[in-house]
Amino acid sequence: MARHSTLISFVIIALLAISGGWLPSWILPISTVALGNGLAVLGMIVLWRSGLVSFGQALYYAVGAYAVAFSARHFGLRDAFLLVLIGTLAGGLVAYIAGFLLSRYRGIFFAMLSLALSMILYGLLINSQILGASDGLSVPRATFAGFRPRGDNYAWGLFALVLAAVWCGAVAVARYNTTIAGALSTPMIDNELRIEFLGVSVDRLVHQKVVIAGLLTGLGGSIVALSVAHVDPAMAFWTTSGGFVFVAILAGTASVWGAFIGALAYEAIRTIAVATVPGTWQMILGAALLLTILFVPQGIGGLIFRRRRELGAKQ
Amino acid sequence: MTAILSAQNLRKSFGSFVAAHDISCEIARGETIGIIGANGAGKTTFVNMISGHLTPTDGRITFNGRDITALTPRQITLLGIGRSFQIAQVFATLTALENMCIATAIARRGESITRLTMNRAMAPDIVRDATRSLEQFGIAEYRDMLANTLSQGVRKILDVAMAAARDPLLILLDEPTSGVSREERHELMNHVMGALKERGVTILFVEHDMEVVTGYADRVLAFIDGTIVADGKPDAVFARDDVRARITGQSAHQAETHHV
Repeated sequence: MARHSTLISFVIIALLAISGGWLPSWILPISTVALGNGLAVLGMIVLWRSGLVSFGQALYYAVGAYAVAFSARHFGLRDAFLLVLIGTLAGGLVAYIAGFLLSRYRGIFFAMLSLALSMILYGLLINSQILGASDGLSVPRATFAGFRPRGDNYAWGLFALVLAAVWCGAVAVARYNTTIAGALSTPMIDNELRIEFLGVSVDRLVHQKVVIAGLLTGLGGSIVALSVAHVDPAMAFWTTSGGFVFVAILAGTASVWGAFIGALAYEAIRTIAVATVPGTWQMILGAALLLTILFVPQGIGGLIFRRRRELGAKQ
Repeated sequence: MTAILSAQNLRKSFGSFVAAHDISCEIARGETIGIIGANGAGKTTFVNMISGHLTPTDGRITFNGRDITALTPRQITLLGIGRSFQIAQVFATLTALENMCIATAIARRGESITRLTMNRAMAPDIVRDATRSLEQFGIAEYRDMLANTLSQGVRKILDVAMAAARDPLLILLDEPTSGVSREERHELMNHVMGALKERGVTILFVEHDMEVVTGYADRVLAFIDGTIVADGKPDAVFARDDVRARITGQSAHQAETHHV
């Protein structure tokens, strides 16, 4: 991301965060959850750009969320920044450990192994009394560097927090994409042999991308835990990972911002579908996915990115 | 001259099939060696064993005084052996310049994950060096073309240029002119050999075109049935009856008649 784009995105994000004080109160929690999920999708896109599809991102999402809930309830931690940091690092740590195994696999084996790991966590969570078993854990209200916002201001604080995380995540991933490791993402799909013969371990590159995705997903999960104020084993279930895959298809891999636009679009489609056809809302989601694949295969991010490039070319 | 590479009694078998056996040779620093042989004679198996793509069943390979027999391709690359492939191994969806920038950036900045993550792939000095390499190999005019749109010959040169980005001590070229028209072969070899000689690289190349071998090799290794049957100056090797009969395509009788 060029320096001026970074600055422009910062201003937009800051304006959005400020606007939270004037937005209807119902929109803030929905947006916070959608953008938190967008962070998980951004992590998935880091993998996807390298040809790796994870059906188990829910693993790091749930780990991040449960780390927040557990730290808040059992250690009495209340600071939102500290809790989010713990959740992020927990997601990254689990990804680091899982990465030793995952980095040896590609394609469908990578996808199914990641799914298997998340389902193991689901099994552990649902049987663990200390983690609330099938009921999960409630998450107490957090503070912001000692400040204790009341009423709707709490949702506004979390909305600002998720926007800050979105900006940091997007800028970091965009910066990463310009590095040698980032530039090797597409070549990893193309030609692992040449990369090895240039002296680079592809397994280690995969491991690194698993950790980056784990950190971003842990970050998303921890903010969602604070926003929803509750965590449960469903966060580790395969349908949660499926939702991320859905949004990743909707978002495309062309732009880091696509993940968040895709996540907001998904939330909007889901909310409207549930409100209009409560019994068969999944059908609307399925149709949306089908239409995306048929007519916008490069995703929303690709659509915006291409449009911007076309405008640039005209200028 | 001191030997940069030494192969001792190499053998490679796949189950009951023996692809290579009793391969021993020494390669001196600065030499340009052509490897000839019919299909299935063990040429590529030999190159694959040196580059770590295959691990020998028996025998030992030393490079620059170090045993590399059981090392991985990556470790061998880092020790100073580069290689190109019979089917050019380039990044198809990137441009020629982007391909070269990635190879140059890894070579200049280091291959550890930390260094790969701390440094930009298209930094100005990297782009400058990569462009210079493309010029040196005579393919600068294709810099902005996607690799999958390049002709076979240009892709082959790009493959060699990427393998040479690390300034290896030894480079292995597996059939650099295969799939390239007869007219283009000499132009390709001139570019490749010119650029590699300028860098002082020891070259080992597998080749089917005997004109190319005669034109560029100081020494020839002839492979028959998985082993080296002749090792010497091109003229001396080509004069052997078994080489004429089994590799260059002339029968011993034809060769005799030709001599008369």
